[in-house]
Amino acid sequence: MIDLIYLTVLLPLIGFAINGLLGPKIKNEKVIGVIGSGAVGISFLISLGIFFELLGKPAAERHFIVNLFQWIKVDYLNIPIGYQVDPLSILMALVVTGVGFVIHVYSIGYMHGDKGFWRFFAYLNLFIFAMMNLILADNFVLLFLGWEGVGLCSYLLIGFWYDRKFENSTTADAAKKAFVVNRIGDFGFLIGMFIIYLTFNSLRFEEVFAQVKLGGIPESTFNMIALFLFIGATGKSAQIPLYVWLPDAMAGPTPVSALIHAATMVTAGVYMVARTSVIYASAPTIMMVVAVVGLLTAIFAASIGLVQNDIKKVLAYSTVSQLGYMFLAMGVGAFTAGIFHVMTHAFFKALLFLAAGSVIHGMHEEQNIQKYGGLKKYMPVTYLTFLTGAIAISGIPPFSGFFSKDEILWYSYANAGFAFWLVGAITAMLTAFYMFRLYSLTFEGEGRFDHHHVHPHESPKVMTVPLIVLAILSVIGGFIGIPEIFSGSGGNQIKNWLDPVFKPANSLLAKHGAHSHFEEILLMAVSVAAAAGAIYFARFVYLKRKDIAESASLKFPGLYRLLFNKYLIDEAYDKAIISPIVKVSDGFLWKFTDVKIIDGLVNKTASLIESFASQIRKMQTGVAQFYAVIMVLGIVIAFFWIMASL
Amino acid sequence: METSTILNYLLFVPLAGALLLMVFPSANKNAIRYFGLFTSLVTFIISLLVYYSFDSGVYGFDKFQFEFKYSWISDLSISYYVGVDGLSLILVLLTTFLTPLTLLSTWNSIQIKVKEFTFFMLVLEMGMIGVFISLDLFLFYVFWEAMLIPMYFIIGIWGGERRIYASVKFFIYTMFGSLLMLVAIIWLAVYASSSTGYFTTNLLELYKVSPALGLDIQTYLFFAFALSFAIKVPLFPLHTWLPDAHVEAPTAGSVILAGVLLKMGTYGLVRFCLPLFPQASVEYAGWISLLAVIGVIYGALVAMVQKDMKKLVAYSSVSHLGFVVLGIFAFTPEGMQGAIIQMINHGLSTGALFLLVGFIYERTHTRQIADYGGIAAVVPVYSAVMLIVALSSIGLPGLNGFIGEFLILIGAFKSPVLSNWMYAIVAASGVIFAAVYLLWMYQRIFFGPVKKLELRGLTDMNGKELFIMVTLIIFIVWIGVYPTTFLQMTDKYSSALVNSILSVNGIIIR
Repeated sequence: MIDLIYLTVLLPLIGFAINGLLGPKIKNEKVIGVIGSGAVGISFLISLGIFFELLGKPAAERHFIVNLFQWIKVDYLNIPIGYQVDPLSILMALVVTGVGFVIHVYSIGYMHGDKGFWRFFAYLNLFIFAMMNLILADNFVLLFLGWEGVGLCSYLLIGFWYDRKFENSTTADAAKKAFVVNRIGDFGFLIGMFIIYLTFNSLRFEEVFAQVKLGGIPESTFNMIALFLFIGATGKSAQIPLYVWLPDAMAGPTPVSALIHAATMVTAGVYMVARTSVIYASAPTIMMVVAVVGLLTAIFAASIGLVQNDIKKVLAYSTVSQLGYMFLAMGVGAFTAGIFHVMTHAFFKALLFLAAGSVIHGMHEEQNIQKYGGLKKYMPVTYLTFLTGAIAISGIPPFSGFFSKDEILWYSYANAGFAFWLVGAITAMLTAFYMFRLYSLTFEGEGRFDHHHVHPHESPKVMTVPLIVLAILSVIGGFIGIPEIFSGSGGNQIKNWLDPVFKPANSLLAKHGAHSHFEEILLMAVSVAAAAGAIYFARFVYLKRKDIAESASLKFPGLYRLLFNKYLIDEAYDKAIISPIVKVSDGFLWKFTDVKIIDGLVNKTASLIESFASQIRKMQTGVAQFYAVIMVLGIVIAFFWIMASL
Repeated sequence: METSTILNYLLFVPLAGALLLMVFPSANKNAIRYFGLFTSLVTFIISLLVYYSFDSGVYGFDKFQFEFKYSWISDLSISYYVGVDGLSLILVLLTTFLTPLTLLSTWNSIQIKVKEFTFFMLVLEMGMIGVFISLDLFLFYVFWEAMLIPMYFIIGIWGGERRIYASVKFFIYTMFGSLLMLVAIIWLAVYASSSTGYFTTNLLELYKVSPALGLDIQTYLFFAFALSFAIKVPLFPLHTWLPDAHVEAPTAGSVILAGVLLKMGTYGLVRFCLPLFPQASVEYAGWISLLAVIGVIYGALVAMVQKDMKKLVAYSSVSHLGFVVLGIFAFTPEGMQGAIIQMINHGLSTGALFLLVGFIYERTHTRQIADYGGIAAVVPVYSAVMLIVALSSIGLPGLNGFIGEFLILIGAFKSPVLSNWMYAIVAASGVIFAAVYLLWMYQRIFFGPVKKLELRGLTDMNGKELFIMVTLIIFIVWIGVYPTTFLQMTDKYSSALVNSILSVNGIIIR
């Protein structure tokens, strides 16, 4: 079965080819939808089969490489198209194909009637193909192929409705921004890859990691590699300073936001750090950088989420913030907890986005939560599932988000100190607050929409069933990672599962002093209480005392505007970087240097020669006597010359 | 020496085809077109035959196959001497592959003087093939110069409004460089006579004697050759003829210019400058790489702000060819292989871009980006094809451009000669700008609401156009997914050349 891993990559590619080439001819939405969803569904089943096969093997033997063919070979650089099956990659494969399949099915309903229906499914399949390459690759270059491939699909899908406006610009602007910002990150990734090749003479994970374990390489080299790779991660996973593309990515259809910009692609950076954990563990300084960037991104994005009014925008900033948590986990050496959060977040954030899509669908494309209200009686399934997701992300036990988030907070405290825990816990509080602000304004209270023209309705089954599936996963998904203080030693399933992958890294990391169970339970209780308090407060403010929110924004107008305008980071980037580059390229490089200086010099030379020639041309008078005089003069000079030199 | 006559047919068939065209009545345009296409297809088939019997296992940068030698000017030991190795063969294949596609693309766009046009195209093809297979410097020089003439006419007769200015500029610019090369060739031939006893322009003999020259002499000769090649590449800051030539040239001219002619510059650097003057090449590698890297960034930034599609693509060539030169002067097998494959990639991708610009120009008669907008919905096939080609030019993994850029950058990184990561790091940032200028152009042309009423009437690609593009895309994907087919042609050659040059310079790697 393991040998069939390539099918999980190939099937979505075939789906892409069929829908991409024949889609306009097939026309029938059902057929297109079934081909697209089916390709991913079968991939999921194969991944599941492989997962059980791995489960049946002893932990130490759960590692296989399936080589397909030689890709790039020059000298001793030898890059294969090869896939790696191990606990980490198969877990990710299950999440990607599983959540991916659910979202494909949902899209059949959501995209119904769109003129680009076939195109949408072709792109989605292409995305799954690239994502599977990313997570299954057994070397850096193939990972990079997936890495750029998902970026391309993200570009295509953000700009899917390419003729529409988006905020002050267009969807095409948002798409280009995503691609270019990602490319800045990719540039870092490339450099990191080159230094790896220079250091280890290989780009295959197995060979590189084996040499890392042998030691003997200076920490400064690891620092450089880890830093450049992390630059790549900040691009793909929307961390400071390259997070700016993700909020704009909401210009794409909502299933895309759920699949690519919440559940899977944006976690690629986290996956990459986890995959190279052995390198990061050898670069403790950079691990600290990762932790700090993650933490700052988490609280920064959460603060913006507090005041946004677009339902998808709130979720987008929430995603940036949750990704920050995952990097915090990576940075403090809690690799398992980070991947655990990737998984639970995939469930509840995909759920929240799809539920938001259902709301938007039922509200005639309205996305402003100030124009919602009281929707729970119109769309009961969406309401209940959204509420489930909101509780899960807020970290209320026993929902899935609680387990993964708590694990990260605990390791932040244990490995990095109280300050990390505190900021993390405050972020959790903010998260609970903005989620329930969103929830309250949308589903509870009085409807603030125009009752004559807007008739909210529940979405069809093809959309609500995926919501229910994801809601169930959001509830129970955390049980595979119950902390050992409750489940006993060895009771944390996901930890046991991923242990062989992270063992080399963990053995390199410094051991921290033991902490008491009391501390762990106390901190857990405090963070849960804070989240619960935030939920209560949000409901109180937005359902009973809206004046509090209004007066707060009036009392601190500067702060409110700063948050509402997202700290004006986009504007700053534009002023400080983008427009200077364009101006210099246009005015200085092109119109001045190229046209005036370089080409000017060329043309000047030509015209100098021309004017010189037109001067000497005057000697050709055509008067024979003049030529004779010159000739005699020449002979005389030559004569004296020869005489003088004798 | 094993002799083979097959290469002669590569030169003879297009020439004979061109001459035979003379008997065709000018009015029968289609017969002329079919005959031109037929001739170029026969040439392509011959080149495929060469490929099939070519042995890529031969190690060496001075080992040629299918050699043919015929004494030409016996007093000066100048001979008609041709042969191929992996480097020449892959470029010959590029030439014979692009020529029929280009001729096919002119079916509707060239309506005046069809006979003359086809004649010049075939003569041009012969000249280009001649450049790549000559093993005698004198013969090489003849082809090198002769090629200017048909190109001069193609731009000058079938070009745009400022075609005369552009063609004269093209001619003089390149001519200027060549003259110094001629002086250097003669100097070398005279110098060779001191050891061989006779004046010779035989490349293989010069390979043996020239590296023994002192660094000072090598430097003069190196730059005499390199200047001429650098203009052709074009290397920053010698590139200003290119945007003018491209903008004014007819589509077919641009395709051949970008696809093949520019490669003659990089080919010349690899074939002549490096092995003839190994010390000088290494000595000045840093400076040339610096210009190459400047070209990568400069070309990309200037491309970004262009308003004319063709000019944008022209400046992007400056950027891409900068990569190629960087790969050559990294003196690593990876860099060299990357440079060679990138020459092919640029031929395919930029050729395809020029063709695509030509297709739409034929319909709208404007190349200004601002005149378009929102045509993705009107011409879906065209926009999909353009996207694939743009992505290949951007260097998306899975398509051809990535293989070249990746190998070049990795080669520049581990270069024992450049010994500074900054070259590679700065060049790598070019991948960001490539995405900016191409996607921005793409967005302005295809996305948004349809900008003008008349754009609604645009017709999508016809069968012939689609055939041309699909053919190119097959290779774009092929090189991206399974580059081994192409890399192995020059694998041994690149290693041999790099190792030889490094050992002459006493540089030991690992």
